[in-house]
Amino acid sequence: MGFGVRVKVWGERACFTRPEMKSERVSYDVITPSAARGILEAIHWKPAIRWHIDRIRVLKPIRFESIRRNEVGSKISPANVSRAMKAGSTAGLTNYVDQDRQQRAAMVLRDVAYVIEAHFELTPKAGADDSVGKHLDIFNRRARKGQCFHMPCLGVREFPAAFALIEEGESLPAPHESLLAERDLGWMLHDIDFAQGMAPRFFRARMAQGVIEVPPWRGVESRP
Amino acid sequence: MTAITHRYEFVYLFDITNGNPNGDPDAGNLPRLDPETNRGLVTDVCLKRKIRNFVALDKEDAAGYAIYMQEKAVLNNQHLKAYEAVGIEPVDKKLPKEEAKAREITAWMCANFFDVRSFGAVMTTGVNAGQVRGPVQMAFATSIDPVVPLEVSITRMAVTTEKEAEAQSGDNRTMGRKHIIPYGLYRAHGYISARLAERTGFSNEDLELLWRALANMFEHDRSAARGEMAARKLIVFEHESAMGNAPAHVLFDAVKVERAPGADAASPRRYEDYRVRVDTAAVPAGVTVRELM
Repeated sequence: MGFGVRVKVWGERACFTRPEMKSERVSYDVITPSAARGILEAIHWKPAIRWHIDRIRVLKPIRFESIRRNEVGSKISPANVSRAMKAGSTAGLTNYVDQDRQQRAAMVLRDVAYVIEAHFELTPKAGADDSVGKHLDIFNRRARKGQCFHMPCLGVREFPAAFALIEEGESLPAPHESLLAERDLGWMLHDIDFAQGMAPRFFRARMAQGVIEVPPWRGVESRP
Repeated sequence: MTAITHRYEFVYLFDITNGNPNGDPDAGNLPRLDPETNRGLVTDVCLKRKIRNFVALDKEDAAGYAIYMQEKAVLNNQHLKAYEAVGIEPVDKKLPKEEAKAREITAWMCANFFDVRSFGAVMTTGVNAGQVRGPVQMAFATSIDPVVPLEVSITRMAVTTEKEAEAQSGDNRTMGRKHIIPYGLYRAHGYISARLAERTGFSNEDLELLWRALANMFEHDRSAARGEMAARKLIVFEHESAMGNAPAHVLFDAVKVERAPGADAASPRRYEDYRVRVDTAAVPAGVTVRELM
């Protein structure tokens, strides 16, 4: 793995929403490869590269907390809109935020820390001056200095992620003792396949010694 | 409107005296508490709501400062405005096929709405105007010390219905409840990405307005439930470069909020019981610290 990176990310709270429980959000037990990719992309990304998550190390015990918030709830039917447009008046298209309240609970993770191990590949969009070394240098330089395109987050933007580069040869932080036993985390979102019309792909996540091996993207089965 | 060219982080301190800063719908509107530490919480969306309200008051109907997520706003009418302005037929839930047109709609939304420009918005509500990720990111505010909510019973010298009056045989009184926190000092962290600002056109004027909103928003948010809330400190870290010059967590760690010497250690009840220090030695080169309050 000559061009892999290791980044430690941590934060107060996190919410990696399970797709089957979206309205009253419930987080997965651990960060998904998809969210981990998002964090790396917040630090450095260009269309010329694609990040692949190899391994996720969980450092802290898995704990949840519930938060309920007021959110805006509804969609208006396009038919109504076209009707209103034909009529040339916006009458009947009312949608007041304070009458459009949904209180939604979210089951979020508390006090998380992970080490993301990843590498990237060049994509067909890579030009002549795109080399693996160049992008790796940019990423390492940025992560070392705490630079980022935008502040990475732990699933949702209200939970910012602090991050630090783990240098080559630096030892990895040890997982918490509660994570040492092998644990089956069930089917978990691997990533969204944007080439195939946003089809989600899943993998069977198993954690041993706090480490989750993420299968390569190409070998992942997609389940409708 | 030229976009900002520096990355920013900010630490925002505000306090509450005898009030409820942010009720928890799950707990009968008790002030939000972190069940593990008993510290008070104020959600990010609560603070954003107040920023929006301040801007709406401050700018009234000034062009370019409309507020999209308004109390009493009509969301899809705002989208229609965008479509009308650029003259495109809305298509159900999809961005217009031509990317240029889609960008035009999003740009129009950003140019006209302050909150879309700063916080972003998902505009996929039937009439689709695209998704905007805003440069301003805020996290939950947490109180420095554990807070103790009190339940205060109050009486009202009136009843609502005839039936109640009859049941009380003319002694028209009802009891109510208020939840208050005697005192709490809260700390919130925020992040502003120059790179995302480029995309939404979040300018230096917008940034000044945001600082002004943070400094003054409680002055226009008085109510029976809130008690006395006040913004106490706004410490801004300005990075030299757009990508930033230091990790955010290092900067936040440099702001220390401690008990003032001689303060009542058990139960702080005033802002003077705290002391806020910025450890300037811990702030890396390339970052300017400014105390705006």
